[in-house]
Amino acid sequence: MNHPVPQPALWFGGINWFRYAAPQTFYPLAGTLIPWFGWAAVIFCAAGLYTGFFVAPTDHQQGESYRIIFIHVAAAWMSMFIYLVMAFWSAVGLTFNTRLSHMMASALAPTGALFTFIALWTGALWGKPTWGTWWAWDARMTSELILLFLYFGFIGLQAGIDDSRRADRAGAVLALVGVINIPIIYFSVKWWNTLHQGASVSLTKAPTMATTMLTGMLLMALAAWFYSIAASLYRVRSIILERERGAEWIRQHIGEQS
Amino acid sequence: MNWGSWSGFWNMGGYAFYVWGSYGLTLILIMFEILFLRARHRSAMRQSHTTS
Repeated sequence: MNHPVPQPALWFGGINWFRYAAPQTFYPLAGTLIPWFGWAAVIFCAAGLYTGFFVAPTDHQQGESYRIIFIHVAAAWMSMFIYLVMAFWSAVGLTFNTRLSHMMASALAPTGALFTFIALWTGALWGKPTWGTWWAWDARMTSELILLFLYFGFIGLQAGIDDSRRADRAGAVLALVGVINIPIIYFSVKWWNTLHQGASVSLTKAPTMATTMLTGMLLMALAAWFYSIAASLYRVRSIILERERGAEWIRQHIGEQS
Repeated sequence: MNWGSWSGFWNMGGYAFYVWGSYGLTLILIMFEILFLRARHRSAMRQSHTTS
């Protein structure tokens, strides 16, 4: 019974990347990366806020209310992107049966839900002065609300199943089924006649906004990226400790800390 | 430079409630997430201590 388990390998650039699929190798790596991403988030956020409030001009139609865009768009992009990454790790976990992939998916969900809520909240506060209403059941807003419920459903489902392997698989299936909602959110403003405006930034056309506004938005989007990476790495470290409790390498790690 | 004075800045052209309501709640929520992350990590460390 003591055969060595064959370890999967994925060699690229002289590194076997599957090495980092082991929680005990990933845990210290994540710890090293967190401050870098954390400080990058702080710096990009400061630059983005400065650009957004002091460099970008007043909008000639919306006045100063448009400055909500610098959080709203960054949060909305992040809410969709985190879901895609979560679904990606879920798929990897289901395919290769790697525990760390499922832990990564669980670590992303609360931050994704946070950005979804921020996108909805700032959307309401922006909608009131521009459209005269906090909320409308249009396709963009409704599908973004469904995204929030998908995140809550994923978190609740995982928390509700005691056996962590079954919880991982059930959560992963939910995440993968729910991924259909992402293109619906993204293209909703094209497919349906929505109260929400169409995209001001797209990959195929020149953006329809002042360069300084766009710069502020992109800086804030990058800050949201770095923050999300730092936060999910921080959370995945806690999840690793919780799930691998009693493992020899954790005992050693804790011994070094105290 | 968009603002003649600090009060002009805080007033946000009359949209102070909407703009600062957006930025304020975002700041509060991010702060809370960081606090929760730290608390969870501390308790995970503590529990690993008692198991080993």
